[in-house]
Amino acid sequence: MSTDLIHPGNPVEPFLRTDRMPHIWCPGCGIGTTVNCFSRALIESCMNVNDMAIVSGIGCTGRVAGYVNLDSFHTTHGRAIPFATGLKLANPKRQVVVYSGDGDLFAIGGNHLIHAARRNIDLKVICVNNLIYAMTGGQTGPATPGDVITSTAPYGTFDPAFNLPYLTEAAGAVYVARWTTFHVRQITKTMQEMFSKKGFCFLEIVSPCPTLYQRRNKMGDGLDTMKYYKAMSKVKHGANTKDVPLSRQGEIIVGKFVDIERPNYMELMRNKLHDSLGEQYVETDELTCEEATSCSDCS
Amino acid sequence: MARGTVQIVVERCKACGFCVEFCPTKVLELSSAFNSKGYHPPHAVNPDKCSGCDLCGMFCPDFAIYGFRMKEAKAEAAKPEDENSAPEEASSAS
Repeated sequence: MSTDLIHPGNPVEPFLRTDRMPHIWCPGCGIGTTVNCFSRALIESCMNVNDMAIVSGIGCTGRVAGYVNLDSFHTTHGRAIPFATGLKLANPKRQVVVYSGDGDLFAIGGNHLIHAARRNIDLKVICVNNLIYAMTGGQTGPATPGDVITSTAPYGTFDPAFNLPYLTEAAGAVYVARWTTFHVRQITKTMQEMFSKKGFCFLEIVSPCPTLYQRRNKMGDGLDTMKYYKAMSKVKHGANTKDVPLSRQGEIIVGKFVDIERPNYMELMRNKLHDSLGEQYVETDELTCEEATSCSDCS
Repeated sequence: MARGTVQIVVERCKACGFCVEFCPTKVLELSSAFNSKGYHPPHAVNPDKCSGCDLCGMFCPDFAIYGFRMKEAKAEAAKPEDENSAPEEASSAS
């Protein structure tokens, strides 16, 4: 009997550093699920993983860079996007994915994110939004909805929360989507779409945080939150991002909100230099990314 | 007859229960046994119902479970010696 056919092995394991398993994420945390979906998106798309780099900031989601078996960078707090911008500009052949949390991307790294979106730098930003600063003990974060107990708001938060899709669309992202960790197939498909889309793409994945968010607010464990996502999510593709804020126990509008075309930073730079310098402007091989972006496996 | 089967890496499991809850054919259940970290990993209570859709594998945050279809495996195993292959498959699925 051929054992290989009966036990083909976990398909995502080639994309993971299995020597570092088990990972540090809590039982019921959704970050592992998003990494699972990410690995499956890599399998199903025709990406050359050698041309891919993952950049993470600090926090629970920041640990993703340490667990994926790709070129990965664990950067300082909030600086995932500027690091990734430098990486992309230095080597435009690279598919650069920023994988970080809501606190890292929108609080400490908020300025970097809006300016990367304004310039339409070709980054794929995956934001795992667990609505709180989890790794540092459960403080109020930029996406914490109102009336939630956190370690810095024992009587409930009152600061208005960011609506992440609205913010990124307003800043200039060409692709904005939101799913919860319950929508595993949709996340995988959206990630594949992002890999083939040029420009600043943003995917928000709403994820449970059973240890620091659900426990303090008596909202059950990770499984209860997944059931809540299943019951309360409503798919509305193309919804106005102004109408999709998150609340404590309310409806979650998910789907692909924005998918537009706009020249990205490299194109803008090339066009400007061509206009200004004319014949004098000669691109080096490293800056010519047209042939690099068409996947050699597909052709 | 089962169209697929699940493989569980018991030591990686943290017993979040996602695979048990969202299995479309209700194949799994959390067992009463412990792994070395003290969690109760799932086990297949209805292996015959498994379709090998791998939804449990997509949900698993710990990369501890995956499902696969047995169609090719069965066809391959049945060709040379179909007498012996059946009990071995049954034991691997449980």
